[in-house]
Amino acid sequence: MRSFIQEIRSRVTGIPIQAWVLGFLVAAAIERLVGDTIAVPLGLGTVPRLFGVRHMVKSPLLIPNTIVYLLVIYFVPISVMAWLTRPLIKRLPSRLSMPLLLVALYGAIHVWGGLDEYRILVLQFIFISILLTVSLNLVNGYMGEFSCASGGFMAVGAYVASVLTVWGFVHDDVFGPPVLPPALGPFAFPIALIVGGLGSALAALLVAIPSFRTRGDYLAVISLAVTFIVKSTFENLEVIGGPRGFMNQPRWASLPVVFVWTLVGVWMMRNYVSSILGKGATGIRDDETAAEVMTVNTRRIKVVTFMLSAFWTGIAGGLFAHVMGYINPATFGIMKTAECFAMLYMGGLNSITGSIVGAVFYQFMAEALRPLGIVKWMTIPVIVFAFMLRRPWGLISFREFGFLRKEVGRAPASD
Amino acid sequence: MPLLQIKSLTHWFGGLRAVHDFHENLEGGEVVGLIGPNGAGKTTIFNLICGIYRPTEGEILFNGESLVGRSPHEITSKGIGRTFQKLRLWRHLSVLDTVKLAFSSGLNYSLVDALLWTRRCREREEEIEERTYELLETFGLTKYANARAWDIPYGLQRRVEMARAMALEPKLLLLDEPTVGMSLREMYETMDLIRRIKEEFDLTIIVIEHRMKVIMDLCERIKAIDFGEIIADGTPDEIRENPRVIEAYLGKEEF
Repeated sequence: MRSFIQEIRSRVTGIPIQAWVLGFLVAAAIERLVGDTIAVPLGLGTVPRLFGVRHMVKSPLLIPNTIVYLLVIYFVPISVMAWLTRPLIKRLPSRLSMPLLLVALYGAIHVWGGLDEYRILVLQFIFISILLTVSLNLVNGYMGEFSCASGGFMAVGAYVASVLTVWGFVHDDVFGPPVLPPALGPFAFPIALIVGGLGSALAALLVAIPSFRTRGDYLAVISLAVTFIVKSTFENLEVIGGPRGFMNQPRWASLPVVFVWTLVGVWMMRNYVSSILGKGATGIRDDETAAEVMTVNTRRIKVVTFMLSAFWTGIAGGLFAHVMGYINPATFGIMKTAECFAMLYMGGLNSITGSIVGAVFYQFMAEALRPLGIVKWMTIPVIVFAFMLRRPWGLISFREFGFLRKEVGRAPASD
Repeated sequence: MPLLQIKSLTHWFGGLRAVHDFHENLEGGEVVGLIGPNGAGKTTIFNLICGIYRPTEGEILFNGESLVGRSPHEITSKGIGRTFQKLRLWRHLSVLDTVKLAFSSGLNYSLVDALLWTRRCREREEEIEERTYELLETFGLTKYANARAWDIPYGLQRRVEMARAMALEPKLLLLDEPTVGMSLREMYETMDLIRRIKEEFDLTIIVIEHRMKVIMDLCERIKAIDFGEIIADGTPDEIRENPRVIEAYLGKEEF
């Protein structure tokens, strides 16, 4: 029995990720085609929007039916497709495997999300969370500092980008009529996001400069202070709505836009941590004096890592603002930072893969448990606790899987 | 011109004088031993040379350039490699990455190159990897390239530290108790290794060591210090006979 399980396990782990994604794409397509015809006889009413978790939480009696639905729509097609496409994908030249993955991935989320607005919103939040988590990982994971400033940096990015787009393209009470022709909108949006990111990278200097002289708990307190400074600043800026918030952002952060930004962000941050330059951060984490003596310019690495991290946190904030079309300072308080921590530490430190898994898992859980209402905010911490007890280092830490691992030059020596 | 010139170096830790009026003229190609009882200030002198501490007084010239007041990475990238008495390896890096990281001063690509993984960055990384493997070969570590530096046996960790120090292409190598905690066999291996890399990389070496065998065999000249002050300076034979050295190590003879 045991060897049987191991056999299954080794076969399953041998399947490349592209095959799974293709399988999911097919499953999503099947759901779009025949989802209703299967869901209605099973008593589920409509197609379950988040894998039936809501149905199961709301009325436990429907659990068997939901499981049948999941088996028919997801499990069987995914397994069959993964199994069938596996040999094809293994024969694929390696330079095609990445484009295939991206196309399949986008196809999968497009088809799956196409069912309704709600799924798209969940996907947008998941991608934004991936950006947030990976960027926080640079500082809290790779560099081993404990920054609590995610909320603050996100706020800077969100507000700066929002002010730019609203001032440029929206008829607003404060900023008046749009300054720029609306045709420029799609081109100006990336610029607004980048300016927002740069703004939050500048704010990161407030943490980076003290980090030359202090670290650990003390730096954590400083970064927490930065979050509060930023939040209070926006609360007191009446021009942009003060505590009431700021609205009318054009909803430009559509699913493909968010997808592309997340992809670029994760790619860049992965490149950074795989380069010798970025590994200096891990050198600082493990032994700063040794790093400095081994010619690592620790100050430069600190500034670069803090600013890069804040830049992408700011971009995530800008995207968030243009998904919601409304932001207020309270959104970016300590709760947001805590959420980033949950995703990061549950997913695992020093691992891009871990951050992605953590972000997806947490966001999915947060959405799926929504019917629990206020009890959700007691359930999620318990789940996080349970995870941390089982895996104190997070789900995947200090290693990367497959395409997120970067090999330079020669392959690892075998011994 | 001497490679390393230290003049009247004095360092205070609060009210404690750790080093007092230390001086040294190190010619290229020498192997100099630094001995003294525990707490004599040997490691402090290394830390002062590397810029980890800023000396209270005195001057340190490397190739005629003053090192005082510069940050450690600037100093060491001029060609001063060192190992640590208590191993200072990075816990989460593989042996390969550990040695690679010591090439940091010669990256010659920018942050943007790293972010976009440009050809320039890729080529430099490959070059460094090639050279790292050469170094690992020299130190017999090829097999452990992908193991975490913390997970390999102690004797090998010492060698990783040396390989890492050699990655800076040093002209001067500071070895802080390279054989501490080693078996006799490992000790002899290390001594051979030090002789070999000295020839191969044309090094000048200062070595701190408590094992007299190592010091006497390796060094052409020995400096003995006690309470931060030089008490003797000479060839191994002179040092062996020097009454002040014997006193510092064994105590005064009582009649």
